[in-house]
Amino acid sequence: MSELDELARVLPMVGAEPTILADEQIAHVVGHGHRILSRRSVPGLQLDVEETPEALVGKMTIQAGVTIAQPIHMCFGLAHPTGSQRIQIDVFVEERATARVLSHCLFPVATAAEHRMQATIAVGPGASLTYTEGHYHGPHGGMLVLPHATVKIGKGARYFSDFSLLSGSVGNLDIDYLVEVEEDGIAELTAKIFAHRTDQIMLKEAVILRGERSRGLIKTRVVLEDEARAEITGITEAHARGARGHVDCMEVVQGRAHASAIPIVRVFHPEAKVTHEAAIGSVNKKELETLMARGLTPEQAIEMIVSGILR
Amino acid sequence: MHKKLRGVVWTVTLPLLDIRNLTFTAGDQRILDRLGLTIDPGEIHALLGANGSGKTTLAYLLMGCDGYVPTTGTVMFNGADLLSLKTHERAKLGLTLAWQEPARFEGLTIREYLTLGRTSLDPEPALLQVGLDPDRYLNRRVDKALSGGERHRVELASVLSMKPTLAILDEPTAGIDMLSISHIINVIRVLKDHGGAVLLITHQEEVAAIADSASQLCNGRIIFSGDPAHVIEHFRGRTCVRCDGEVCGYVRT
Repeated sequence: MSELDELARVLPMVGAEPTILADEQIAHVVGHGHRILSRRSVPGLQLDVEETPEALVGKMTIQAGVTIAQPIHMCFGLAHPTGSQRIQIDVFVEERATARVLSHCLFPVATAAEHRMQATIAVGPGASLTYTEGHYHGPHGGMLVLPHATVKIGKGARYFSDFSLLSGSVGNLDIDYLVEVEEDGIAELTAKIFAHRTDQIMLKEAVILRGERSRGLIKTRVVLEDEARAEITGITEAHARGARGHVDCMEVVQGRAHASAIPIVRVFHPEAKVTHEAAIGSVNKKELETLMARGLTPEQAIEMIVSGILR
Repeated sequence: MHKKLRGVVWTVTLPLLDIRNLTFTAGDQRILDRLGLTIDPGEIHALLGANGSGKTTLAYLLMGCDGYVPTTGTVMFNGADLLSLKTHERAKLGLTLAWQEPARFEGLTIREYLTLGRTSLDPEPALLQVGLDPDRYLNRRVDKALSGGERHRVELASVLSMKPTLAILDEPTAGIDMLSISHIINVIRVLKDHGGAVLLITHQEEVAAIADSASQLCNGRIIFSGDPAHVIEHFRGRTCVRCDGEVCGYVRT
């Protein structure tokens, strides 16, 4: 089986169908290690990706005023147990443009591999970008995954990101996102992670509300089992009149797992407001007993509660 | 149960729920005090009592909630020793509880909550019984976005879906507007029509009035039982007749 076939085979694990790669209406790029296996662009999208020995280096531009009807699929991964993948990508969503990007990170058999992404994202005035990143890792762990991004949200622009790692064991995951929001802009960052075995999760997300009436939400849902560890840091700063931010972190701990949550809120303007809520603990007892009172075993009830939290 | 005595066959109906001498303490406080209560199959039994009288504790104890283990007493349910069973095992026998303040579930839809993985179960009839439009509600989530009254009605729909042998309804009308109380009363009747019994914990006299029998709980003890009208009348009294406010401290103002 080719590397392309192998990565396409596991696409359904992150909610995508392999047929997207053959669809001429859908833009995509597939990168294995530092090689491009497949790519397609569509009108209104400029997609340049270059292979170098050290990294895949790319630039993606959604042209001003354009709405890309179908999601743009970016599939990255390794079809082998070991290897390295570094990605440097700059994304520009020009003024009043709209796009959805689905990033699929696929490491089905990795045992000792590395995946680094360094992204800069600029969402122009009045533009909108929805960025969904789904990870699939096999059962072995042993990976080092470092997605780092800096995002700038222009005046009246919208940015929604959704990171999910729901199946398999990753190893070490270290996410670091910094998002700056200008006047009337909106940034919503959601992360859902299910960590197993000896997974180590570091998640740091910062939303800096620079402009008046800018809005920010950081929502994190992490479930840990076995001996997994997680440290979640959600930072929101509000610098201007009418800026509103909220940090919402929930971590469910099972087995011998450990979790910590560090919500940091800073307000630099008297007419700005930032709120936060954080909850760490075992599965909610009342939810558990409610489902057991309907006949579910404790194991079934926990599975149902966890699946809801990570949805 | 049939017994033959001197050539005559007598039919003896065993109670569905038989609670004897049940005592529960929390710290040095006795919450339930040698409580006894029986409920027959298909019977709606209303349990009235002031705040703190032990009604919800009894509900939690019967359902086997964490931390609710009696110090003395027995509870037989359909011939089984209920206290030896875990919560889900009690539910498998047909016992369930609708909480006074139902839990909220992030992410779980009402459809999922009502079916709990039983794909053959149609959740729509239960929602209609509680007056909620399935088209509007089935795909909504059982989370904070539901109002207190909506959540209560979903809880009752969940109980209905289970077709229990005995449903414990803890203050099912709490947070429900007056117009919707008729839906709650309807649910209780539907549960009975399905052959189920109901232990109806309530303050609401008009709801208690639909019961077949009733008891008044006071300071952890059943102090008065009988016809609902009489128990309601007794409950309305300012002072507990049986203990005259001295033993149980019950004074209703």
